[in-house]
Amino acid sequence: MSAAQRDPSVTGRPEAPLLRGQEGYSDNVTGRKRQARRWELLFIVSTLVGIVALGSLLYNVLDSAYGLVAIDVKVDPASLARGGVALEALPASELATLLREKLKKRDLKTIEKEQPLAARSTEDLLGIVQTKVVGVDVVGTWVLSGSLLRRRAIEAELARTHPNATLTFKSWLRPAFLSSQQSPDPMRSGVRSAILGSLWTILVTIVVALPLGVAAAVYLEEYAAKDRRLTQVIQTNINNLAGVPSIIYGMLGLTIFVRLLEPLTSGAWLTGATSATANGRTILSAGLTLALLVLPLQIINSQEAIRAVPGSLRQASYGLGATRWQTIWAHVLPSALPGVLTGTILSVSRAIGETAPLVVVGASTAIFQDPSGPFSKFTVLPIQIYQWTSRPQAEFRSIAAAAILVLLAMLLSLNAAAVFLRNRTQVRH
Amino acid sequence: MSAAELVGMSGSMPESVGSSDGAADDLILVQDFSFYYGAFRALENLNLTVRDREVTALIGPSGCGKSTFLRAINRMNDTIRGVRYEGDIRVAGQSIYQADTDVADLRQRVGMVFQRPNPFPQSIFDNVAYGPRVLGLAGDKADVSERTRLALSQVGLWEELGDRLDRPALALSPGQQQRLCIARTLATEPRIILMDEPCSALDPVATLAIEGLMRRLAERYCIVVVTHNMQQAARVSDRTGFFWLGRLVEFGPTNDIFTLPQEKLTEDYITGRRG
Repeated sequence: MSAAQRDPSVTGRPEAPLLRGQEGYSDNVTGRKRQARRWELLFIVSTLVGIVALGSLLYNVLDSAYGLVAIDVKVDPASLARGGVALEALPASELATLLREKLKKRDLKTIEKEQPLAARSTEDLLGIVQTKVVGVDVVGTWVLSGSLLRRRAIEAELARTHPNATLTFKSWLRPAFLSSQQSPDPMRSGVRSAILGSLWTILVTIVVALPLGVAAAVYLEEYAAKDRRLTQVIQTNINNLAGVPSIIYGMLGLTIFVRLLEPLTSGAWLTGATSATANGRTILSAGLTLALLVLPLQIINSQEAIRAVPGSLRQASYGLGATRWQTIWAHVLPSALPGVLTGTILSVSRAIGETAPLVVVGASTAIFQDPSGPFSKFTVLPIQIYQWTSRPQAEFRSIAAAAILVLLAMLLSLNAAAVFLRNRTQVRH
Repeated sequence: MSAAELVGMSGSMPESVGSSDGAADDLILVQDFSFYYGAFRALENLNLTVRDREVTALIGPSGCGKSTFLRAINRMNDTIRGVRYEGDIRVAGQSIYQADTDVADLRQRVGMVFQRPNPFPQSIFDNVAYGPRVLGLAGDKADVSERTRLALSQVGLWEELGDRLDRPALALSPGQQQRLCIARTLATEPRIILMDEPCSALDPVATLAIEGLMRRLAERYCIVVVTHNMQQAARVSDRTGFFWLGRLVEFGPTNDIFTLPQEKLTEDYITGRRG
């Protein structure tokens, strides 16, 4: 050890013992480590709480979407076989004839009013035959956990109450669920019109919100003087609008798009419908309302993407004599594109799950036709789910759970698309 | 590349006015120029003339206003809010701080190379072709290609990368990137090239390449370079200006500045006693 290190006048302090166990050694590590450990534990617990919450959500949905179903019949389906062909294998025309023979006039009329028999698919007709003629009756449904754990008890109980009933394991989420229309009968009901309604609405939302949001973001980031009072007021308002409850947007949409702009949003100007029959509760109104709802988010996301474009790119372009617009078009927007797209899909993910504003705007709850365009009446997945969960029958809760799975799948694929697009369009700086 | 080759390519270049001596060659004229960032005075009453076909080096410690002055010549400072100036800068006889000055046009005539190589995240070709395209200089595709080839040849990149122009510019080495940025500027047919510490992010070999390039380019262009490296100023420049706290302390032929500085401050700085 050199003299300089020994000399307290140079080091400013007496020599400290270096190692644990040496005389005069002061422990200042153990306490800090204990504290660090405590924080780490807190973080782990927080993460676990999140995982448990997510897990219970999934469990809850899956539990309802699959399970045992006990079905009783009034008429033996074998007795309905025609010419040696089983009921399940009959063509559409035969099924329609069967329905006309066996059903009461009044019931037939109700069904024809929904959709004429001739226009219905074989599967649909078979479904009607099974409920109305065979008298398929769901006498009991059980959730997935119960079905797996208490199978024997269920079977025993069923044998006692409904000796003729058959017990089958049913997945409520099945191809037919996606492709069939809504129906008052939960066994046959599907989410086809709700999926199409959601897709149409989202399409309108994207078409309106994406260009508007990007354009506003370009103006605020590249043109507007940031130190001006007006710009700051606008910016603050956009940030606040992003947090306004969605039902407020629903009321705005109801006032403006459904009522005030009814001639436009109902499509009366295209189809020539009179004001008496025009109805503003269309996909267009819903899409525009959701576009208003996500516009602040879209602007903020796009602004952040544009702000992340390095200034050196702009400088290089300006330095070559390019105009502001040329710089924005050739360099700022392409570089911001991945961020803008990610932001768009995130705001669309929000819009696709919105329920409250669409209830206010007037989504229909009973729709038996595919939406055909922006001027159709509509329902969307969240509305459908909301409506089914509020029914008393257990089967409706099961198809609501299946519809939730469909909605989750749509959200997941949107997010996957966001990641894919971002990776595809990403440029390195 | 020889000087004859360079002159041979000058078909589309604006010709220099007048003879090689006297006031006719004074391309940039700075008169009583002061510059403010808000209340802070970054430049104080500058007066100097910069000659065509010469390398003019600006030296001085960080924050002394060299870069601010450089960016005042092509009005890049305009992109910063709250700046203000007094006095005037004339380029080729015309004041560039008039109300009707077209800034985009000025920046085409007065090109700029930045401290950190900043190629666009595109192909090598698109980087150079961007200028001719957006400025409307090029007629057709063949013309764009020819201009790109010329610009890349001038910086020696055509020989190195001629067959790989579709590669991303960001995959090049920093030295190549900086030469690409120079080629990108050359493609817009500037008269003056401003370089803001162009070698500070480069290794010594790449630095030498850029310095050699500056000397060659000085045969056809007016070059103003800001540098922290006094050896570099001594090696490449014809004239040197020494900045101190926003003032131009001394300005003259590089040889005189480095061998016979008139001001005590200059002498202290270049000998390392101050800075």
